[in-house]
Amino acid sequence: MTQNVESVVDHFNLFRGPEYIEMFENKRKNFENPYPDDKIEEVREWTKSWEYREKNFAREALTVNPAKACQPLGAVFAAVGFEGTMPFVHGSQGCVAYYRSHFSRHFKEPSSCVSSSMTEDAAVFGGLNNMIDGLANTYNMYKPKMIAVSTTCMAEVIGDDLNGFIQNARAKGSVPEDFDVPYAHTPAFVGSHITGYDNALKGIVSHFWEGKERTPNGKINFIGGFDGYTVGNLREIKRLFDLMGVEHTILADNSEVWDTPADGEFRMYDGGTTLDDAKAAINAKATISMQEYCTEKTLAYIKEKGQEVAAFNHPVGVAATDAFLMEVARITGKAIPAELTKERGRLVDAIADSSAHIHGKKFAIYGDPDLCYGLASFLMELGAEPVHVLSTNGGKEWEIKMQALFDSSPFGKGCKAYPGKDLWHMRSLLNTEPVDFLIGNTYGKYLERDTGTPLIRIGFPVFDRHHHHRYPVWGYQGAMNVLVWVLDKIFDEMDKNTIIPAKTDYSYDIIR
Amino acid sequence: MSLTVEEVKARNQDLIKEVLEVYPDKTAKRRAKHLGTYEEGKPDCGVKSNVKSIPGVMTIRGCAYAGSKGVVWGPIKDMIHISHGPVGCGQYSWAARRNYYIGTTGVDTFVTMQFTSDFQEKDIVFGGDKKLEKIMDEIQDLFPLNKGITVQSECPIGLIGDDIEAVSKKKSKEYDGKTIVPVRCEGFRGVSQSLGHHIANDTIRDWVFDKMDGKPAAFEATPYDVAIIGDYNIGGDAWASRILLEEMGLRVIAQWSGDGSIAELENTPKAKLNVLHCYRSMNYISRHMEEKYGIPWVEYNFFGPSKIAASLREIASHFDDRIKEGAERVIAKYQPMMQAVIDKYKPRLEGKTVMLFVGGLRPRHVIGAYEDLGMEIVGTGYEFGHNDDYQRTTHYVKDGTLIYDDVTGYEFEKFVEKIQPDLVGSGIKEKYVFQKMGVPFRQMHSWDYSGPYHGYDGFAIFARDMDMAINNPVWGLTKAPWK
Repeated sequence: MTQNVESVVDHFNLFRGPEYIEMFENKRKNFENPYPDDKIEEVREWTKSWEYREKNFAREALTVNPAKACQPLGAVFAAVGFEGTMPFVHGSQGCVAYYRSHFSRHFKEPSSCVSSSMTEDAAVFGGLNNMIDGLANTYNMYKPKMIAVSTTCMAEVIGDDLNGFIQNARAKGSVPEDFDVPYAHTPAFVGSHITGYDNALKGIVSHFWEGKERTPNGKINFIGGFDGYTVGNLREIKRLFDLMGVEHTILADNSEVWDTPADGEFRMYDGGTTLDDAKAAINAKATISMQEYCTEKTLAYIKEKGQEVAAFNHPVGVAATDAFLMEVARITGKAIPAELTKERGRLVDAIADSSAHIHGKKFAIYGDPDLCYGLASFLMELGAEPVHVLSTNGGKEWEIKMQALFDSSPFGKGCKAYPGKDLWHMRSLLNTEPVDFLIGNTYGKYLERDTGTPLIRIGFPVFDRHHHHRYPVWGYQGAMNVLVWVLDKIFDEMDKNTIIPAKTDYSYDIIR
Repeated sequence: MSLTVEEVKARNQDLIKEVLEVYPDKTAKRRAKHLGTYEEGKPDCGVKSNVKSIPGVMTIRGCAYAGSKGVVWGPIKDMIHISHGPVGCGQYSWAARRNYYIGTTGVDTFVTMQFTSDFQEKDIVFGGDKKLEKIMDEIQDLFPLNKGITVQSECPIGLIGDDIEAVSKKKSKEYDGKTIVPVRCEGFRGVSQSLGHHIANDTIRDWVFDKMDGKPAAFEATPYDVAIIGDYNIGGDAWASRILLEEMGLRVIAQWSGDGSIAELENTPKAKLNVLHCYRSMNYISRHMEEKYGIPWVEYNFFGPSKIAASLREIASHFDDRIKEGAERVIAKYQPMMQAVIDKYKPRLEGKTVMLFVGGLRPRHVIGAYEDLGMEIVGTGYEFGHNDDYQRTTHYVKDGTLIYDDVTGYEFEKFVEKIQPDLVGSGIKEKYVFQKMGVPFRQMHSWDYSGPYHGYDGFAIFARDMDMAINNPVWGLTKAPWK
């Protein structure tokens, strides 16, 4: 078969032609020195066993398919949420190429960020000159209002002193004396991307607040944390605050820069927390974080400055949104308007309409610790069981908190949290204690392939489905989105499982 | 475009001058050497290359780790490649390059998995060698069908003084001479991905070839054995190439490294000819095999029917009449299909202008394919090319083509804004910038998740994709009608 120009086939079908199949077989047989098929099958079966699971969980050194990234990714995520801000990562340049690609693949948007491009000589002598030249170039070329500096592991290992370097660069005229260059050390060998978000945000906030007196006002600050749904979520939060009449400042608002229009103009910067607002945020009455484990140091710093702080765990669902709104109402003294009560009622209505399809279903979830918590609590609200909840970057405290959540409901019975584990552990869990559905990011598709567990994509990154980041998962309407995504998968699976004519299609119903 | 060549050259000169104005003086002087216009008859493109990127300018380049793990070693399917160091590098490069392969992932093949030593602070402080040993033991335990291990060093490894060579030797001995390859591809080495390719090539020489001396070949050699070098099988490129070589009567004994296996690497010193697609990333090992085993190598280009036909004949010229006739037979067989593709797409694409900025071989190699469709390349540049790449480029580009080496985000945006090409071909980091500007774009690293683009089958897909990018109705919608 060769191509037919009226119907060109690409990799999806091209290689299924007999000439390619034969070619693959010959290549394998003659040149790859393969294991016999039965040996491969035997090992494949063995990897699904309890025995393998025990070996797998006994791992102490090797990590396979982790669900976490490194600190500077989170630092870049936070930095682009400020007006006109260019993230500047001090260290090797390849890292920056990776962060930019990673964000662009998730958001389908440009992602601007620069590197100080340190090489071997900088490894020996330190990266001071890279900082001096780098800041000057970035300032002149990209005309930022602020440059937010973070570090790669290279700069951390050799011990570059960001504060000293930046002062030095200022003295050399790389940037004007009064130009804002907040910084944070973000070593990749500590924590994960959520740690980097926390460090970078604390770096920016403290840059503006340090040494300043606080004159309290009635506003509140809001922090979303590292969140793949940041575009939809932050817009939804603003809508909720506006409905309640809450004066607020979103810190690290990257909802515009990662959702710019295609209208003929490339916007390197768009939206973001204004620098004036970031400065004035010290005066707020309180700061609310949607992700506790993403903002531990930032909230501690803000509390130290005299503000009340409140942290949630990526709240999704009715009760979680209730708690969030009531906390906002308590802090601000603003009433929750009738419109939101109505939205709440609509969500409850939708759950009542559909819960029969979700009730009793078993789920596995993995992702960042806060997201896992929020999703598990929503599933339990829907009458489902979050049997395996795994967070590579979750710790002991998170595990305890998850267990308390499980213990709070009959639907949490037999559910377990797995901190510090990876997706190869999850593979063993799904093979030995199967569930009905898996919730996770794009990499979960390998688990779907290997274990047959249908994947519902909620998390970061999602590379292989488009535009979901534009939808909120917070607020009653956000929970409605999550409900619909879960239901869509459940119904799709029902149809897939009943589609064989004259065998199973009696249940291939048009009304469900 | 109706400008004369002289007008184009003058415009390019003005444009370069204009973009340089934004830089501080020192940077402007350095960047000026990387920007130019190709002058017909010159031996290269008149730009400097393969030197350090300038801090803070938003280079598009990556690092040595990306060149070794991401490009050369990563696609070898039956070995386990450990991203040795903190978690990020392996995470961001995990399955991102679509090096297609056939195998049972997690059992006998491992390409789309992320194995990492996930360095913690204590590993930096006390060193990671003990952890690496344990990792290798755990790999043996949990992935018993792996055929070898490579250690892909991330930045900290070279800075904290770990001895990954000693660990690899020790463990190889412990596991009966198992292939274990330590790779010093720390991201701070060199100026781009390019040194990572070189280092990875050298480790194949030192830790695969040199360790197998005396080992009998696993197959009977024939006079028609060739190895495909420098094809990473992105979207199946190497498969769409292999099939043509086999159709002309050759026997492909190895693929480097897309859908490749350790056995194929070990087969290669028995080849009669190495056929080299990506010169940049694998010329080193080709030269080594020429020196040590006397295997000649020939560069080829499987983008577009003109270059494919020329390449098939060039490859055949190294063999007897049977293969030469085979090449003619293959060219003739596909000619009607190629003509049909051109007849369909050329009228839709003729005269359209293209600007490229890619890595490896593509800034020159894809030009012929565009020209087969009547399109014109008005600007091109290499992410990590060397001067020998720019020399080879002179055979492809026209007088007056704008050349930009290691282009910065700012320069590329300005060049495209002023030149207004009908299509930009570059990478994921550039894609959305230009689409926002209303310029059609195709990713020319990943084929925008399409492909293959190599070979005759690939050209049909290439033509379809360029047409769907340029003639996408969305580009008529970017301006609101009331504006």
